[in-house]
Amino acid sequence: MGYQLDFSKILQGEYLDLILQGIQTTMVLFVLSWFFGLLLAIVLTVVRAVEFRPTQLLVAAFVEYHRNVPVLIQLFVWYFGFAVVLPDAVNEYLNDIGAEIGYAIVALALNKAAYMSEDFRSGMRSIHPAQMEAARSIGLTYLGAMRWVILPQAWRLALPALLGQTLILFKGTSLAAGIGVAELSYQARYIEEQSFRIFEAYGIATAIYMLISFVIMWLTSVLSDRFRLRVK
Amino acid sequence: MLEIIRDYGLMLLIGEYPHGKLGGLALTLIISIVSLAVTFPCAVLIALARTAQSRPLKAVASGFVHCVRAIPLLMLIFWAYFALPMVIGFPIDATYTLIIAIVIYQTAYLGEIIAAGIKGLPNGQTEAAKALGLSYIPTTFRVILPQAIFNVIPGIVNQLTTIIKESSLGSIIAVSELSYVMLQVNSNEVTKPLQIFGILAATYFILCFALSQATNWLERRIANRRTGRVIVEAVA
Repeated sequence: MGYQLDFSKILQGEYLDLILQGIQTTMVLFVLSWFFGLLLAIVLTVVRAVEFRPTQLLVAAFVEYHRNVPVLIQLFVWYFGFAVVLPDAVNEYLNDIGAEIGYAIVALALNKAAYMSEDFRSGMRSIHPAQMEAARSIGLTYLGAMRWVILPQAWRLALPALLGQTLILFKGTSLAAGIGVAELSYQARYIEEQSFRIFEAYGIATAIYMLISFVIMWLTSVLSDRFRLRVK
Repeated sequence: MLEIIRDYGLMLLIGEYPHGKLGGLALTLIISIVSLAVTFPCAVLIALARTAQSRPLKAVASGFVHCVRAIPLLMLIFWAYFALPMVIGFPIDATYTLIIAIVIYQTAYLGEIIAAGIKGLPNGQTEAAKALGLSYIPTTFRVILPQAIFNVIPGIVNQLTTIIKESSLGSIIAVSELSYVMLQVNSNEVTKPLQIFGILAATYFILCFALSQATNWLERRIANRRTGRVIVEAVA
């Protein structure tokens, strides 16, 4: 085979800039969708905990939609579908400031919110109802019992699953390439098309993904261990 | 909305077949089921290596699982689609490259599920098999795996849902599965993207929601059967 590996062609000049931009976009996607996803997940969990049937059903429908439709299709729905609902002037403005990445963050954040709220919920559910009764009977209010008894245990129980979602989200940012966001895998594809250095372009992108994923995995095991619930 | 279903409904189900290649929902289902069928034996091997006595074997399996979990599926698809034909020296159909990428990816995940099933069995099973004079192969294939796999059937069905969702990435490398067909419909009918992608999302939703309900049902049934057995054993 007459193919010589030569990473120096990729790791300089224009291509290096593209890779660095790709990493930056990937991290922006990852951090912002994680943050907004977590925030919305907390809101959803609280709404679902309130005993009011209609809102509970709405949250359940939101969760089921995001769990049973591929993330790529969720991105399509926002990017292709939602855009036509908006007036032209808004679309033009959005396209000027980079609509793709905005829609990608919205879609990924909503998706993660659905999964993370389920993790919170199962964390809450695994605490025996008797704990709430015991807390109330020693004179704590409902909110006090939540604050001092239920939540400190629930978030620890939910933590490993939440960190697992974090890794899935990080890898999921690559799907934004499907709607044209110039993140890392998109740039790898572009560099490969321009330079025909298939193995170098994908090799570098894969190595960067693996490196960051391993950091997330390592943090997952350290944090899960640090905050493990030690009472049983 | 109804016009789109009337005009493109058949295309959504089977693509351009019989005038062209099979596509649409039918191809999505074929890709998913074939991927799961090929993944299954690979995943069993990984699970056996993960739970083996030999440390090098364990380390290799765990290295494989961690590496695959660290890479986005899209990168694996790019590797299979662009780099694999260069390595083997001849072009392969995009559908096969998609299946190859999904199989590698899912082997890591399904392997962990089956390994959990093996670890979940009480040690007494292996010890009893040994006491009866069974060697490693019959112990594994006639005592451990049948029980371990039975217990993780819900997990396996759940992975089928995941694979169906993952196969949507085929649209990026022009595999004419469900999402790709609807992207094409969208470029024909430029004015109705919300309806078109709404129908697409609804199709996946119906399929995956039905499967996840089936998973829940299986989970309950298997849990009942296992606890039922314990009661019978206790009485006997």
